[in-house]
Amino acid sequence: MNTAIKFRNAYVLNSGFRLQWEKAQDSYVLLYPEGMVQLSFSASEVLLLCDGKNTAAEVITVLEEKFPDAEGLAVDVKEFLQEAIDNGWLE
Amino acid sequence: MAGSNKDNAKISLADSGRPLWLVSELSYRCPLQCSYCSNPVDFSRHKAELNTEQWVDVFKQARELGTVQLGFSGGEPAVRKDLEELIQEARAMGFYTNLITSMVGVSEARLGRILDSGIDHIQVSFQAADASLNDLIAGTECFEHKIKMCKAIKAAGLPMVLNVVIHKGNIDQIEQIIQFAEELDADYLELATAQYYGFALLNRDRLLPSRAQLTRAEKIAKQYQDSLAGKMKIFYIIPDYYEKKPKPCMHGWGKVFLTVAPDGTALPCHSARELPGIDFPNVVGNNLSDIWYESSAFNHFRGDHWMKETCRSCPEKDKDFGGCRCQAYLLAQDAEEADPACEKSPHHHLMEEAISASEAKPFGEGLIYRNSANSKLFLK
Ligand code: SF4
Ligand code: SF4
Repeated sequence: MNTAIKFRNAYVLNSGFRLQWEKAQDSYVLLYPEGMVQLSFSASEVLLLCDGKNTAAEVITVLEEKFPDAEGLAVDVKEFLQEAIDNGWLE
Repeated sequence: MAGSNKDNAKISLADSGRPLWLVSELSYRCPLQCSYCSNPVDFSRHKAELNTEQWVDVFKQARELGTVQLGFSGGEPAVRKDLEELIQEARAMGFYTNLITSMVGVSEARLGRILDSGIDHIQVSFQAADASLNDLIAGTECFEHKIKMCKAIKAAGLPMVLNVVIHKGNIDQIEQIIQFAEELDADYLELATAQYYGFALLNRDRLLPSRAQLTRAEKIAKQYQDSLAGKMKIFYIIPDYYEKKPKPCMHGWGKVFLTVAPDGTALPCHSARELPGIDFPNVVGNNLSDIWYESSAFNHFRGDHWMKETCRSCPEKDKDFGGCRCQAYLLAQDAEEADPACEKSPHHHLMEEAISASEAKPFGEGLIYRNSANSKLFLK
């Protein structure tokens, strides 16, 4: 079954997933077997930090430092991470 | 592996109009003889194949147009000796590379070279969950070999994706198929309905599952989708013969998908060459950008100007684009009609009739296998 996010876990893209900058689309895309998702700016900021070294808590801290004016950022990032885990993008 | 389809391709993006997906049918040659193959029945007429350089040039042009996903398909793409080289070139250009294969004729050493070439994803087709039925459907002994290959793919750290084309002959095995995939530790399992084009259409009476079979299979698939959530993703696609709405075929004509046939013919979908009166351009001598944006073939069914009244006045037309053009032509004899899978289509009764006809016929006996002898029978 799907698992809930653990803040001490360092998440990384699942095997077969690739994050790539696409000039033509002027955005990051997430590529996986026969599939593709165009990422919003904030989604790509989060996924770029999921390198298997940063813990989920650290991802949030880094982004809070980077975007001090963004309100409710921690909640948004947490929700997105949970979604990414549920979708099988992150492990 | 031309038995399943790309309609289930998981794409979500702002509508781009770019050829995001390129399917390279490297060759129509194939060691298997699946009776549900959707290759054109006269494939033996199209023997010519692009050479390595020509393919690489197509990839380069596609990448410039913004193509991201690249599928190597066929026939069996591994019959091409330059497969590794093509993968390597494509990977270096930044494509996400998908190999759609039966693994038949691919040795362990060859698989090693394919993995080394940087392939991102290999999808292995199975015909059933046990050796005897698998090999009967495939027309060759290959079950044990496929299992070995799957394990090697997984060991190499790639996602393991199994594809099983589902039809009357194996649908009752659906539970065993799912369990088999689970034992193999597959990451994705595609239970795809046969697409009734090409050989599959010839064999439709003997392939199309009955309503009772489908209802049972759907229930089982649903159970496992839930219980295996987070472990193995199961895609289950039912034949649109049983639907009231058509599928949004290829996400729209000339919108996302570009197929290049072995001989270089550029197609908006792999079975489009069966449509009459459209002159499909070849990548040899035409640049890909012109083909995609300017050619009359790729503009033929773009938008809704071509639609008949049924679709044109329908609010669904921006979602399903009137369904599949090939199905409209093959069943309603009019490529501009609504897809007969749609309940609003004046030809929808054909679907019901096909279902009744198939309920009367068993699987097995009388199937026309996809091989060149049978293909030549269709050359007029
Ligand atoms: S015969 Fe079977 S394996 Fe070969 S191309 Fe057709 S469906 Fe695919
Ligand atoms: S009438 Fe045409 S557009 Fe409307 S649902 Fe049917 S196929 Fe789609």
